[in-house]
Amino acid sequence: MGAGHHHQLFRAGDTVVHRLPPQCKLVAVVAFAVVVVATPRERFWVFGGYLLLLAAVAAVARVPARFVLRRMVVELPFVLFAFAIPVIGLGERVTFWGISLSVDGLWASWNILAKATLGVIASILLAATTEPRAMLLGAQRLRMPQLLVQIATFMLRYLDVVLDAMRRMKVARESRGFQARNLRQAPVLAKSAGALFIRSYERGERVHLAMLSRGYTGTMPIYREISADVGQWLTAAALPVAAAAVLFLS
Amino acid sequence: MTLEVRDLAYAYPDGTQALFGVNLTIARGERVALLGPNGAGKTTLVMHLNGILTAGHGLVRVAGLQVGKETMGEIRRRVGLVFQDPDDQLFMPTVREDVAFGPANLGVRGAELDRRVAEALDRVGMRDAIDRPPHHLSFGQRRRVAVATVLAMDPEILVLDEPSSNLDPASRRELAEILKNLDVTVLMVTHDLPYALELCERALILSDGVIAADGPTRDLLADEALLTAHRLELPYGFAIPASGT
Amino acid sequence: MHVPDGFFTATVSIGAAVVAAAGVGVALRRAKQELDDRTAPMAGLVAAFIFAVQMLNFPVAAGTSGHLLGGALAAILVGPYTAVLCVAVVLLVQGFFFADGGLTALGVNITLMGIVTAAVAWGVFRLITRVARNRAAIVAGSFVAALVSVPVAALAFAVLFAIGGTAPIDAGSVAAAMGGVHVLIGIGEGLITAVTVSSVLAVRPDLVYGARGLAKPLVLRTATGEQVVTAPEEPQAKPIRPFLVGAGIVSLLLAGVVSFFASGSPDGLERVAEDKGFLGQAGDHLFGGFALADYGDVGGIPVGVAGVIGVLITLAVGLGIGYALRRRRKVTT
Ligand SMILES: Nc1ncnc2c1ncn2[C@@H]1O[C@H](COP(=O)(O)OP(=O)(O)O)[C@@H](O)[C@H]1O
Ligand SMILES: [Mg+2]
Repeated sequence: MGAGHHHQLFRAGDTVVHRLPPQCKLVAVVAFAVVVVATPRERFWVFGGYLLLLAAVAAVARVPARFVLRRMVVELPFVLFAFAIPVIGLGERVTFWGISLSVDGLWASWNILAKATLGVIASILLAATTEPRAMLLGAQRLRMPQLLVQIATFMLRYLDVVLDAMRRMKVARESRGFQARNLRQAPVLAKSAGALFIRSYERGERVHLAMLSRGYTGTMPIYREISADVGQWLTAAALPVAAAAVLFLS
Repeated sequence: MTLEVRDLAYAYPDGTQALFGVNLTIARGERVALLGPNGAGKTTLVMHLNGILTAGHGLVRVAGLQVGKETMGEIRRRVGLVFQDPDDQLFMPTVREDVAFGPANLGVRGAELDRRVAEALDRVGMRDAIDRPPHHLSFGQRRRVAVATVLAMDPEILVLDEPSSNLDPASRRELAEILKNLDVTVLMVTHDLPYALELCERALILSDGVIAADGPTRDLLADEALLTAHRLELPYGFAIPASGT
Repeated sequence: MHVPDGFFTATVSIGAAVVAAAGVGVALRRAKQELDDRTAPMAGLVAAFIFAVQMLNFPVAAGTSGHLLGGALAAILVGPYTAVLCVAVVLLVQGFFFADGGLTALGVNITLMGIVTAAVAWGVFRLITRVARNRAAIVAGSFVAALVSVPVAALAFAVLFAIGGTAPIDAGSVAAAMGGVHVLIGIGEGLITAVTVSSVLAVRPDLVYGARGLAKPLVLRTATGEQVVTAPEEPQAKPIRPFLVGAGIVSLLLAGVVSFFASGSPDGLERVAEDKGFLGQAGDHLFGGFALADYGDVGGIPVGVAGVIGVLITLAVGLGIGYALRRRRKVTT
């Protein structure tokens, strides 16, 4: 779970990558992820090539490796899972340092680790170089349904407000000696969740009222459009095209 | 006559009745303070003035138009409402988009829209924050931007719900300067009595869902028994001699 | 349960994305009826709430902890369609902004945690509250609905995994492990969901979508003492049928798409690679045997059997629909 404020995800900058229109970057990253996932797992060197491509993007965008590594903790639960696969996997087995491991399981484990890691790095770079607001405008340009874009817009606007309320409730609980130790304490957490829901929902009602009082009738006025030219699309395409080239030409 | 409320009663969906028959009239160009303790129904009343809540009983009229489904668009153009919590009012990702939201809903586009946004922000001294996200602003700045979002719609009546609450003294004074320089009809909800005295010549006291007093602000505030009866009090050391003396 | 990239083959990922897109499409149309022009701000705030609530960890047993998924809670509080939208947006934001959950796995994630969870939870909740409509039934219904929704989503995951997973794990043991752990997590989910719903019911019963119709008539007193009584807003008796039919179609689609792709043919892109001879080398070298292992037969379970499991689950859902419809006819006629 990526905790924290969403503005820490974005690193302001003025590089080619930052300046690309968001819709181009979104398409490029998704296309890259599809190429990665479709790569047969035994082509070790191809995955190395992908990693180099991402490193090149990070270098151009001036996103330090430290930043990317720190954010990669979201992957952790699945890393643990991936390590378990060879142990519980089926089929032919080999013995490593006295542990019997499934060969196929080792392959599967490598497959998941490699692909998940590349996918996570690509998303981290996307979020690091694209302002949250711009990302939503990009999604809108890509014809994501209006309503979904709006929901996401409101969610991002109020995420910090809701998380703050939750943190304050946690402090209030703990300053009165509460600690969640086992399932029996769940009802206390649940009551906080109930209170949080009421606050969020009533906030939603008030926001809706505030919108109504400024003439909202169900559609959001579109105020900002970001258009992309052919050159920008081609620049963004460099990543997935290079990845495909590595896959098919190596 | 600009604003008229007759026999207004209202209960929330959960059964809590907040208004029990409110009557008031406000003329064009007046500045009126609506005073009252917490829970008196001030916010509920204010929400009726531009049709956000619709009367359970009674009626609200703005410039002769009765608030109702057909007149809603027109009413909301004429009555601008500044909410108590600027976080409710500023829901868009940037200040620019937020201030543009209202006029854009009125059909304003392009250069005219940009002009309105800039002008509204100038009036509250927040032009420099135009491209910032509202949640990065200080509370006082957010309150000022909230006022700008309404001013951009060019309302005839400006209704403010507790504009001075949670402001530090400097922000409170800055906001007062802004409000003094507006030439629109103002209805200001508050329990900040000195603020009411400074900005409004007339005051109403709403208590338990009905109007309990109506008169010159100075007279109401000088009547200590009246204030006490409605859980209002002047800050320590603050005294007002009755007018005419 | 945020599945990362690389867990499922590209074709299964794309198939699930199609299902997710269809489900979200239906939800988009229906959510507007649940919330009208309030949909965007309300669903946005509820999405922020779900995001926050997913950070509430609760200890399950000996050292493991689960976190709330929130799909069932959202379905009961704001209605199933809005819930699907909220969860989908949460997952999209987590994927694109927080790198949590693979971008190619978004379809799988939205299908499992959004559509399946909300559909199962709402179905179960409706069946229980159909029997008795009072506060106790709503709270109990919330508990059971949330409890059931979690292991069912986990089983759906296991079925998907048996068909298009990339790891050679015995599908039975995946199902057993996922199901087992998730029954425990489901108890936590059920408890938190029920207490949350009950505490909202205590303060703002009008906010609980699943409790519409419990409102009392409004009594207004005016200044002169006269009384005005307004009937509570009709809980527009929305038929459950379209919802269940939709859920049925989605699950059929899921089973269909997935078993189609699982029919033993290699992954689309891999096949292109193969046809073009890129895989020729891989085919006859040391690893070739393993490389093809996940095509025909996964982890010892023939794909056909896995497909049958899927169809059986679908059938069960279908029977549930039929049952619900019959009950409904009896009530309405
Ligand atoms: N959304 C709501 N649902 C139910 N009761 C409410 C709601 N909002 C306010 N109330 C109740 O209505 C009464 C008046 O509230 P309000 O108008 O907010 O008072 P004020 O703004 O004067 O402090 C209070 O008793 C309050 O608890
Ligand atoms: Mg108030």
